[in-house]
Amino acid sequence: MTQLTTLDYVVMAIYFVVVLGIGWALRRMMRTSTDFFLSGRSLPPWVTGLAFLSANLGAQEVIGMGASGAKYGIATSHFYWIGAIPAMVFVGIFMMPFYYGSKARSVPEYLKLRFDEKTRTFNALGFAAMTIFSSGISMYAMGKLLNLLLGWDFNTSVLVSAVIVLAYVTLGGLTSAIYNEVLQFFMIAFGFAPLVWVGLKQVGGWDGMTSKLATVATQRGLPEYAYTNVWQGMGSASTNSIGIEWFGMVMGLGFVLSFGYWCTDFLVVQRAMAADSMTAARRTPLIAAVPKMFFPFLVIVPGMIALAMGDNIIPAKLTAAGTPLLDTNGNVVLDYDLATPMMLVKLFPTGMLGLGLTALIASFMSGMAGNVTAFNTVWTYDIYQAHIKKQGTDEHYLWMGRVATVGGIALSVAAAYVAGAFNNIMELLQLVFAFVNAPLFATFALGMFWKRSTGHGAFWGLFAGTVAPAIHHGISLANGATPGVKGGFFGVVLNYPSEMAQTFWTAIAAFTTCFVVTIVVSLATRPRPDAELEGLVYSLTPHRADNVKAWYEKPSVFAVAVMVAMIALNVMFY
Amino acid sequence: MSGAAGMDLRLPIGGLFVVLGVILGVFGVITNGDTAMYERSAGLNINLVWGVVMFVFGALFLLLAQRAAKR
Repeated sequence: MTQLTTLDYVVMAIYFVVVLGIGWALRRMMRTSTDFFLSGRSLPPWVTGLAFLSANLGAQEVIGMGASGAKYGIATSHFYWIGAIPAMVFVGIFMMPFYYGSKARSVPEYLKLRFDEKTRTFNALGFAAMTIFSSGISMYAMGKLLNLLLGWDFNTSVLVSAVIVLAYVTLGGLTSAIYNEVLQFFMIAFGFAPLVWVGLKQVGGWDGMTSKLATVATQRGLPEYAYTNVWQGMGSASTNSIGIEWFGMVMGLGFVLSFGYWCTDFLVVQRAMAADSMTAARRTPLIAAVPKMFFPFLVIVPGMIALAMGDNIIPAKLTAAGTPLLDTNGNVVLDYDLATPMMLVKLFPTGMLGLGLTALIASFMSGMAGNVTAFNTVWTYDIYQAHIKKQGTDEHYLWMGRVATVGGIALSVAAAYVAGAFNNIMELLQLVFAFVNAPLFATFALGMFWKRSTGHGAFWGLFAGTVAPAIHHGISLANGATPGVKGGFFGVVLNYPSEMAQTFWTAIAAFTTCFVVTIVVSLATRPRPDAELEGLVYSLTPHRADNVKAWYEKPSVFAVAVMVAMIALNVMFY
Repeated sequence: MSGAAGMDLRLPIGGLFVVLGVILGVFGVITNGDTAMYERSAGLNINLVWGVVMFVFGALFLLLAQRAAKR
């Protein structure tokens, strides 16, 4: 266990004073529900862009990506270089005109405008449950980690962080959450860049790391490039560390999961909706894509360095009795979630350690705040206003937003005590997203680009697309896993080489089912007249000119530059 | 530049990093030459180096905010 010095605590305290100070300074600006839930649509694109990126930078990103870096190596970058980036470009260029232009206040509300009330409610309920779940996982992971690393009391860690988030979100609403997300982005960048620098120095630079990881790969029966190349082993599931072939990777992760998350998840889309103009809203995900592209070097590489440094960095997972956990083959199971935190503790002297830990805690808290701000909006507009109190005053909904913030945080704390079971947080989250987000992209793509799709089609498509992954998960199992939460509870029909492969195929099942069912039911039901769909469907919306000064500020030009850089990264680490 | 939201975000960001930079930088100067302490960071006085980096970044943000406020 690591002892912190006064200096480390001072660094932490300064950060939290600034966080709370931002909430306090913004409290007078929250006059209407639009201020509280949408920042009055007044933020400049660099702020919404960094918040777009940061809202997703919770436990999943920082701990999960480090864990996957140690488990799978640089191939984890697929989550960025084939996953997030194309999806972010797509949402900015093609989808934002409908989200922002339709004046919907949330993603479910767009579904109400485009389709009908039942589709909106179905999505809103699923989304609300997911935000609470994600926020709870974030809190649980933080409490467990701080207890293990620093000996802090689990209950105190969870409750204190909940109270801080509660304070700045109730005071300053979405603006406060967004401002703190931007602040946290810089904390992560400044806390983790020196970790990578010092870490690489310890293992003899990038070349030193590559040769050490080649040895590890050979020992594990993989080709020596397995941990340091992204595409080279993707021809077959047995020659890469993730255990999946390229088709499942590109379709499952690159297409379904990433587009499902970045294009339809209100948690991130809400940040773009807070932008001050249509052009700013479209540029939001594109601006976010630039730092996002380089995040693998910040969050994945620490895990790879931990793996290169040898067994003494990543500790074994312990059983309830305190002895190392063994898998079915008798090998020790490593606790990969501790890779990044252990790197901080082992490489940083006091002072920098305070900064690194603050960055880590900041990421947990902003993950929580992001979920809570998305939850309170969806709850207030899409559930409360839609079904419980239809004709309230704006003041009433502002009040409800604050109440929902308190309720959302209370439920998250409850969820934190329920969370557990998987040895990689990210895989659990991906599993949840496979159920909630994966079918959604089919619904939105058909809704925005096929005017014939109908409300009944969307609803039954979504419904079937949510049931299908549950069935797929129930009849499939990854090698080495035991039936239960990891799948196979209906009997094992399909076998996958890894849990990641199973998750990706679950997502593909969800998307395909939703896509097919939406089309079939739409064709069997009556379409809405074209006049009602203007501004909601691509072919019925007049093209608007971009409101920019110079050609290079155009979203489309920006998008091309982002895609070129992304391809270059894929080639460089082929 | 921060529009109706009314607060230039560059101010708190700049302020935070200037303060953190000064604290870590000064601590780095005091502990300079403590080889036992910096052994873990590959012999690099990371407090001093990174304190300076953060200070410069913070000062730049404060400068940008000040220039925007003048206009």
